[in-house]
Amino acid sequence: MAYIEASNLSKSFASGVVTRHVLERVSISVARGEFVSIVGFMGCGKSTLINILSGVIAADTGEVRVDGCPTTGVNPRASIVFQNYSLLPWFSALENVRLAVNAAKPEWSRAEQRAQAERYLTLVGLGNAMHLRPNQLSGGMRQRVAIARAFATEPELLFLDEPFGALDALTRANLQHELTRLSSDTGRTVTTVMISNNLDEALLLSDRIIPMTRGPRATLGAPVVVDLPRPRSAEQLLHDEPAIRARTRIVEALTDHVHAANARHAQTRARAAVVPPPLVPADSREADA
Amino acid sequence: MVGIVLAGVVWWVASVYVTDLPSPVETWDESRVYIMDPWAKRGEMDQGIARLASYSLVRVARGFLLGIAIGTPLGFLLGVSVTAHRMFDPVIQVLRPISPLAWLPLGLVLFQKSEPAALFAIAVCSMWPTVLNTMSGVRAIPQDYWNVAKVLRLSRLTTFTKVVLPATLPYMFTGFRLSLGIAWLVIVASEMLTGTPGVGGFLWQEYNSLIYSHILLAILTIGVVGFLLDRMMGVAEARLRAL
Repeated sequence: MAYIEASNLSKSFASGVVTRHVLERVSISVARGEFVSIVGFMGCGKSTLINILSGVIAADTGEVRVDGCPTTGVNPRASIVFQNYSLLPWFSALENVRLAVNAAKPEWSRAEQRAQAERYLTLVGLGNAMHLRPNQLSGGMRQRVAIARAFATEPELLFLDEPFGALDALTRANLQHELTRLSSDTGRTVTTVMISNNLDEALLLSDRIIPMTRGPRATLGAPVVVDLPRPRSAEQLLHDEPAIRARTRIVEALTDHVHAANARHAQTRARAAVVPPPLVPADSREADA
Repeated sequence: MVGIVLAGVVWWVASVYVTDLPSPVETWDESRVYIMDPWAKRGEMDQGIARLASYSLVRVARGFLLGIAIGTPLGFLLGVSVTAHRMFDPVIQVLRPISPLAWLPLGLVLFQKSEPAALFAIAVCSMWPTVLNTMSGVRAIPQDYWNVAKVLRLSRLTTFTKVVLPATLPYMFTGFRLSLGIAWLVIVASEMLTGTPGVGGFLWQEYNSLIYSHILLAILTIGVVGFLLDRMMGVAEARLRAL
């Protein structure tokens, strides 16, 4: 039995008379302790999917089971890291993390809560910047705070919504490294679902990668297992023979899936295009012929 | 500075052509006693200008506090609840443009005394900017912050104190600033109608006594005090935004 089991998730958003079908009958299962990445293009509905999986928004149909139990609302054992950090600008880094610890561990004393927040901020290398506010921190540092906040609540489930999407390549690499280190250092089993548009990032971190087609009516493709030894490094992914093979295989799987989906889309579009009558007057068409 | 001098010149030229309008110099001569001895108390209305202004200020402060005490929670309610907004928005739009001169008689009917009637008029006229700004402040809270509250599973109270209130505070303060401005506008009208001691009451009494220079003194006082109030709120607002 998978730890996270989501079946037949559909979601559409209505704005006025237009209804956008974002997800259609999406199913996914994630084993306990697994790191799964969902990779797809921008705007394909990835964020909607992770918001449903984490319980931030509700699906129209289908259900999400965690550890066998159907979930409603945000799971108390889950933490979420957003692409845009989502720190509260009126609080310092420490206060942001403390707020999360306070909500997750109300039975702890204030001192314990504070110590926990400080410990995790130190773990992500912000020991000296704890009292700064988000607007005094760089993008990378803000995301570190967000990651510290997510881990400080000691989650069993971690949802990462393009966590490094807004960062430059170097900062990205640093933080990816720290994420793996943090997961192993804390020594707890964390099941992680990450949304990404970066294949290298997914390869570096994941046990499995699932491609997602372009929306509307986005669906998931067949998962690709990343059977590379850990710890992995970015250099190794570029140079090692097995890593390159794995990469090629995954790229092929992703593009095949996406192409197939695009072809289906093109067909539906072509069929739709036949229906409206031509705008050219009938007599001029005869003249052309 | 040049602008002030120019305005003075316009005033002086106007006073040459309009017989009843005292010139700046005449106004100064006749008002000197009120300005040089600002805290004097010679009679009910015959008091130093600072003392008169302080009566008005206290009245404004009470009416304003009453107004924001009602307006702020109302603004939060309208910002959070779509239903409440649908219900009350038409009411607000109808009540908002009503002049203090219209509210005051109603206040007198309701409370039978001039002082509570004045407070009522000030509160009811000045609260709208606070209501509307607080409301739009709550509505302008980015979805991100609501998500934070949701993801951290903050309690309602914590969500309010740690997320909604700090996010809305700058908007609220803009509302307070506008409300205070209106409260100060209303004070004069209400004092004129009720004849209570204060800058507005003084103005009306001097008009009835045909001492026109004192009208000008009262007008200038109202302007300067209003300006200072707005500046104070402006500074407080800027401090708040810098947080």
